[in-house]
Amino acid sequence: MRSALGSAVVVLVLLVVWEGLHLAVSNSGLPSPVATLVRLGVLLGDADFWRQAGETGRAFAAAVVLSTFAGIGLGILLGMNRTTGAVAQPILVNLYALPKVTLYPVVLLIFGLGISARIAFGIMHGMIPLTLFTMNAILNMKPVYRRSAAVMGLTPWQSSFYVVLPAILPEVITGARLGVSLCLLGVLIGEMFAARNGLGFVVMQAMERGDMPSVLAVALLLAVLALVVNAALLALDRAWRR
Amino acid sequence: MSVSPAEVAVVPDTAMPHARLVGVTRVFSRRGKGEDIHALGPIDLDLKRGEFFSVVGPSGCGKSTLLDVLAGLATPTSGTAEFEGRPIAGVPAGVGAVFQEDASFPWLSVTDNVAFGLRRAGVDPAEIARRVDYAIGFMGLRGFADAYPAQLSGGMRQRVCIARTLVMQPRLILLDEPFGALDAQTRLLMGDELLRMWRETGATVLLITHALDEAAMLADRVGVMSARPGVFIDIVATGWDAERDSRIVSHPRFGDLTGHLWERLRVESLKHLREG
Repeated sequence: MRSALGSAVVVLVLLVVWEGLHLAVSNSGLPSPVATLVRLGVLLGDADFWRQAGETGRAFAAAVVLSTFAGIGLGILLGMNRTTGAVAQPILVNLYALPKVTLYPVVLLIFGLGISARIAFGIMHGMIPLTLFTMNAILNMKPVYRRSAAVMGLTPWQSSFYVVLPAILPEVITGARLGVSLCLLGVLIGEMFAARNGLGFVVMQAMERGDMPSVLAVALLLAVLALVVNAALLALDRAWRR
Repeated sequence: MSVSPAEVAVVPDTAMPHARLVGVTRVFSRRGKGEDIHALGPIDLDLKRGEFFSVVGPSGCGKSTLLDVLAGLATPTSGTAEFEGRPIAGVPAGVGAVFQEDASFPWLSVTDNVAFGLRRAGVDPAEIARRVDYAIGFMGLRGFADAYPAQLSGGMRQRVCIARTLVMQPRLILLDEPFGALDAQTRLLMGDELLRMWRETGATVLLITHALDEAAMLADRVGVMSARPGVFIDIVATGWDAERDSRIVSHPRFGDLTGHLWERLRVESLKHLREG
């Protein structure tokens, strides 16, 4: 109840700030919240808009699923050994810091203009945090957990499944929260720069037409989507930590 | 209804030691980066069935390594380690251990923590429920059965770990400074719990501690180890009867005992200080 009230206040403040900025800029660059919401309503009633959103959704879902499995898998492999972990850490951190958009032409040349390039670009963004968080969670796990499991007669496999996995889960979820939003970023950038469909493409087209309410309407929709996914993962995290 | 050791096909041969270490050493190889570290031994030790044995020694003397060897978590570099007449290779069935660090699993409730080992071993659910209920009651965790470790104090979490070990009905219980992180009063009371557990289960107990009073109060015999590489420089029989509890700290012989232990240990601890 208290948190619902808090969220309502935050939303209200954001809307006021938005309206204030709109009045301050006083040109067509930043439409008002009302104009944006009206346009969002129009877009949501448009079948073509839903088709474009579906394209983005498909690429996003594929990128999330693939980067989650690959990220956690790679993180586990690297985290099992102190040396591989120590070698991988700086490489991953640097890859993470690299502005990946500069590599998009390479991705396009490899994957072509279709959906696979956007998926690949989403994975490039989303996988590294998951790998890093999983790897560090394993490396930092209290050794006494595994020792206790061993003296309770667990086999190494049982210990991995019943002890290591639940022990690292909170950090993996934190990595996933970062990874999922970065996946969305990667997919959208891909659509904005080289694609003929998807929400990123819708935004670019609207921009060329000078249709700023549409640009902001899509941005608003994506922001809500990202917040919902983040809140769901946060709830999962809380349920697990207790 | 008790958590006494399971009646397994081990003939209680009083002549045979319950666990035996002969010439056990442990050397950590530095792989060419300087000299190898000789951490332990040679150690000769016979643990009698059902005795409470305590090990004291200066920091870094290899006490924990000794425990690892008995738990099957570390292989001796040389020498032999036996439990119930069989060489120790891997973690032997019938051995349980509680460590200094809090090892309770934060994602499981107290009940699920205590039941953890039994569930993995595929024990019948009704039997698990019975043993878990008993151990929770025995360790005074009755009101906390559904709580999670984060809601418990350090002492309570260590009780959870002890209960988790007890339900496995170990015949040899290894304790590696289990109360090291607790305050002095809590430690005395936990010591009483340990004695109660030891009498009730009839298990052999090996307790590693850095607290001389803890060793003197709890053990039938106290082994004093030298600075690294740790060897036994003295083994002292305390002579307490089995019904003892923490009130013996006011017994005149208690002071003599701790005094004697400290005398043996002082020189070794100084060595550690100078080298460390």
